Amino acid sequence: MNILSKFYYRYKKILKTIRLYLIIAGPGIIVMVADNDAGGITTYTATGAQYSFHLIWFLILLGPVAYYVQEMTVRLGAVTKRGHAEAIFHSFGSFWGWFSLLDLVFLDWLTMITEFIGMTAAMSIFGVPPIVTVIISWIVMGTMVLQGRYWTWEKAALVFCGLNLIYIPAAIMINPPVDKILHGSFIPQLPPGGFTNALFFLLMANIGTTIAPWMIFFQQSAVVDKGMQEKDMLWGKIDTAVGSFLTVVVAAGCVVLTATLLPGQIINDAATAALRFLPINRYVGALLAIGLLDAGFLGAICISLASSWAFGEVFGWAHSLNHKVKEAPWFYAYYFFDLLLAGTVVLIPRAPLVLITLFVQVIAVTLLPAALVFLILLLNNEETMGEYKNTLFQNVANIGIVVMIIVISTLYGISALFPKILGG
Amino acid sequence: MIFDFFRNTAEAVRAINQKYATPHIKMTRGVRFSLGVLRFYLLLLVGIMVYKFITLLH
Repeated sequence: MNILSKFYYRYKKILKTIRLYLIIAGPGIIVMVADNDAGGITTYTATGAQYSFHLIWFLILLGPVAYYVQEMTVRLGAVTKRGHAEAIFHSFGSFWGWFSLLDLVFLDWLTMITEFIGMTAAMSIFGVPPIVTVIISWIVMGTMVLQGRYWTWEKAALVFCGLNLIYIPAAIMINPPVDKILHGSFIPQLPPGGFTNALFFLLMANIGTTIAPWMIFFQQSAVVDKGMQEKDMLWGKIDTAVGSFLTVVVAAGCVVLTATLLPGQIINDAATAALRFLPINRYVGALLAIGLLDAGFLGAICISLASSWAFGEVFGWAHSLNHKVKEAPWFYAYYFFDLLLAGTVVLIPRAPLVLITLFVQVIAVTLLPAALVFLILLLNNEETMGEYKNTLFQNVANIGIVVMIIVISTLYGISALFPKILGG
Repeated sequence: MIFDFFRNTAEAVRAINQKYATPHIKMTRGVRFSLGVLRFYLLLLVGIMVYKFITLLH
């Protein structure tokens, strides 16, 4: 009887823990899975096609990199109750504040255009005209936020995050060589041909897609809007860790797909990969197209919210998803304006979409270092963070990661501007 | 109406600038150094972009 009651007590405790986690879970998983946006999926499919299974270990290493950066936003948001934009204004003054805010807004708008490009390309595979895709996307994105509750939006976003895992069953369906996947995952190696400029460029692209500036702003604001407290931080960290695990799994799934079915082929975008899959296995092609649509959709809803929250924090207007439209008109007005503007650009005939995609890579380089440097400085400010400031280990890890990301992102942005600089 | 909108926005921007005129973070040597390096880095980046833009025009 004693054993039974102990077992029952343990079972109830575990159940309570899981329920508590599910209540807190959200921002970390959403931001990490949304990180596998249209641009990210394109990068992973290109990686698998060009370098087979040889770089999966590298993607696995990027998981902890993303975790360490995003975990800082959890602590900062939970302790200061401020979004990243407001935190920069408050701590560093209006010059850096305006620089970050305006850069973020411009970069986010450009990135959203790439998300709509991904969505329209994905649905074109099924014969759906771009204008239909854009309009339906607007309607769904609008419906998600008009509920007047952050919790409802979050749970809907988590459903879309679940859909993003579609690459995993797709990868299983094609019976990939498990031995090669395991070898590529756990044995660091260079592909045949060694360390070439093309490889370096792709590695930089993978790093560049792992941490995007909007992620820092989004997660911190989401933590604040969710009402996360200091006592919830452990769950927030676990949420972020689960998210980083999922992002790596999806990335690996994309690599496995193209490594198995399209080895040695040049992939310029994920939609092209999906089209090439169709004659080989139409279900896998369809799943990849659906995954690309979902990736673009998730990216768009998170990026537009990151900007809306940032603007609302700085201008002092009501800026919570827990407010109805009448209570936060400017917050929703900006959100919808952003979506409409980005979607409309994609519909313009002969719009320079390739140039826009290039611009995103370049502009990100101007904001990402600043956002990361501010993050580190804020997390080391004892007055703001108190007992939650960075420990020595966290500083060593985070500063190392930040320096690496800044160097790599800068090289990536410069090589996008001057393609021949690395002999490309 | 548009004029009112821009005027209100300008006033809001002025109010924000006043509110955040003084940085609240303790300006230690590390913070000053980091911000100085960041300024230099961004100026360099902007310079490279302007150079690229000019070469494109030519």
